[in-house]
Amino acid sequence: MAGKDGQDPRIQKISSAIRVIPDFPKPGIMFQDITTLLLDTKAFRDTIDLFVERYKDKNISVVAGIEARGFIFGPPIALAIGAKFVPMRKPNKLPGEVISEEYSLEYGTDKMEMHVGAVEAGERALIIDDLIATGGTLCAAIRLLERVGVHVVECACVIELPELKGRDRLGDKPLFVLVDGA
Amino acid sequence: MSAYRDEDPRIQGIKTKIRVVPNFPKPGIMFQDITTLLLDPKAFKDTIDLFVERYKGKNISVVAGIEARGFIFGPPIALAIGAKFVPLRKPRKLPGEVISEEYILEYGRDCLEMHVGAVEPGERALVVDDLIATGGTLCAAMNLLERVGAEVIECACLIELPELQGRGRLNGKPLYVLVEYQ
Repeated sequence: MAGKDGQDPRIQKISSAIRVIPDFPKPGIMFQDITTLLLDTKAFRDTIDLFVERYKDKNISVVAGIEARGFIFGPPIALAIGAKFVPMRKPNKLPGEVISEEYSLEYGTDKMEMHVGAVEAGERALIIDDLIATGGTLCAAIRLLERVGVHVVECACVIELPELKGRDRLGDKPLFVLVDGA
Repeated sequence: MSAYRDEDPRIQGIKTKIRVVPNFPKPGIMFQDITTLLLDPKAFKDTIDLFVERYKGKNISVVAGIEARGFIFGPPIALAIGAKFVPLRKPRKLPGEVISEEYILEYGRDCLEMHVGAVEPGERALVVDDLIATGGTLCAAMNLLERVGAEVIECACLIELPELQGRGRLNGKPLYVLVEYQ
């Protein structure tokens, strides 16, 4: 559930620290830029704290972060809750043995990879990314973890674009976000 | 200078968690894989703590991290020392206005970008990446920061490959590493 209606006083500052860039990467897209949030030390700290408060003491042993902006938010959360951090990467970046999951883009497909042996069957996992749009990338991450027997407890993002209905695409997996990018 | 020589008791644990993958991404390269370190919450925390202990209280207001593995180590350091995190990215990833720095690869060139306005003149900055090889990428990162008037205090990496002599390529800037791979 999003932190809407001023539920937590920290949310407003986080939301206003996010910069919207029109027509990037192409005309018609209003790009949600979290780099300005990272320049605001209090807002960045608050962002991490909101996730940590939700997930500590929930026996989560894996935080999976999606390349590349999931690498910014995932590790601080993992460190604070005592979980391992598992990077989910574009093809051919991870050395050694990997498993791959293909997923659809607007035009064509892409692939996401995870290391074999990074996670064990029965572990409880979070998936982190900066934003959920259509949910395609998060879905691929869920499938990778479930294929090796991991229980995905929740997906967590800073921003949701609700019109794109990514939340519905996650099926029975809960989604927690801080702000709407509407 | 490296903590390796200082023999902090945490260093040995960190070193053993780094996995060497032969012949990746091509024959003859012994790839230093830090993902196995990230799977060990204590070793990952020790890694961050070693950097934080060195840099807190030094008036550093900027931690710049190089895409993508610098995104894993930079933010936890930034959060702990109260600095902003500035991602340095491959071309066309950052929305809005950027400055670019080109650098030479073994074959060809590449480019690193930073947001205009992320850093102000006079700010004291760290540059963080997982590894220094030839030093080309770190050099480009330092140039970006110095072009906007920031002062690069130090470059910080987990791993150094001393045979590649990257340390000498940093225009006299200090380099701090945790482990060397011979």
